[in-house]
Amino acid sequence: MKIDCRHVWDHISAYIDGDVDAVLRAEIDRHLEHCEICSAVMDSTRNVVVLIADERVFEIPAGYSERLHRRLDAVLATESPD
Amino acid sequence: MDTEQLTSEIKSGAPVADSTTETIARILAGEAHLFHALIRPVERAVFVMLFMLLRSESDAEDVAQETFIKVFRNLHSFRGDSKFSTWVLSITRNEGLAWLRKRASRPEEPLEPVLDDSSGDYTPALLTDWREVPLEALERKELGQCLSRAILKLPPIYREVVQLRDIDELDVQETADLLGITAGSVKVRLHRARTMLQKELVPLLKEFAPASSRWRGLFGRRV
Repeated sequence: MKIDCRHVWDHISAYIDGDVDAVLRAEIDRHLEHCEICSAVMDSTRNVVVLIADERVFEIPAGYSERLHRRLDAVLATESPD
Repeated sequence: MDTEQLTSEIKSGAPVADSTTETIARILAGEAHLFHALIRPVERAVFVMLFMLLRSESDAEDVAQETFIKVFRNLHSFRGDSKFSTWVLSITRNEGLAWLRKRASRPEEPLEPVLDDSSGDYTPALLTDWREVPLEALERKELGQCLSRAILKLPPIYREVVQLRDIDELDVQETADLLGITAGSVKVRLHRARTMLQKELVPLLKEFAPASSRWRGLFGRRV
């Protein structure tokens, strides 16, 4: 089986997640070895996935946790979880 | 209870059921103060989910508080069929959607899918001059803002899959169960979401890539 660029793009996400079978993975790897565009698409997508997982992307408001636990204290003092 | 163990729960596929179950049992038996430690590992994920849904920090914080109160009041109904964190996120999503419905006087994005699973152009940005952006670049606040804006721009059905899979690191089945969709739909939506993010971000990320070519080769780049 020889695969084209479109075929590679269709499997980028599954490839990154390790969710493609060994045969397809080998085909994609072979394609990436000689296709500079697909190689860059694969790497940029993987890089984006790595970056968006970082906790610095979404900042939590200062004092969020303190305010939350203060509010919970008031509830915990008067209620029981039943 | 072992807070460190529980902290790892949300990022791992292995539930720490024994520890969590024991803590919940003690809370239900009267040690209510343990609830603080129980929820600390999921505080951030709850806020981020609500912020991505409501797009307002103050609304997200208000609803997060209401969500955790609801979690406390319904703790007895946690059966341990899923990870505690997944159960909390499920309640969070319901609370967020309910909040959105209440904000009917303000024009909001549709709650239901705006694109079905078969429409749209999901061609990535094609280029050859990509240079990896290292995590260190996130020290620059603009990069984080750039990434968060791109995620917030995604249609809701894609945004929530990105959040659960790539940010909270839930597995495919947990994500499917939480959203009430099939595992196949999770994979399709995640693929499209990542492609949309790649297309949106790649032109913008160039300025955050180190000038030197020494970064080529990071993250498994084939050279």
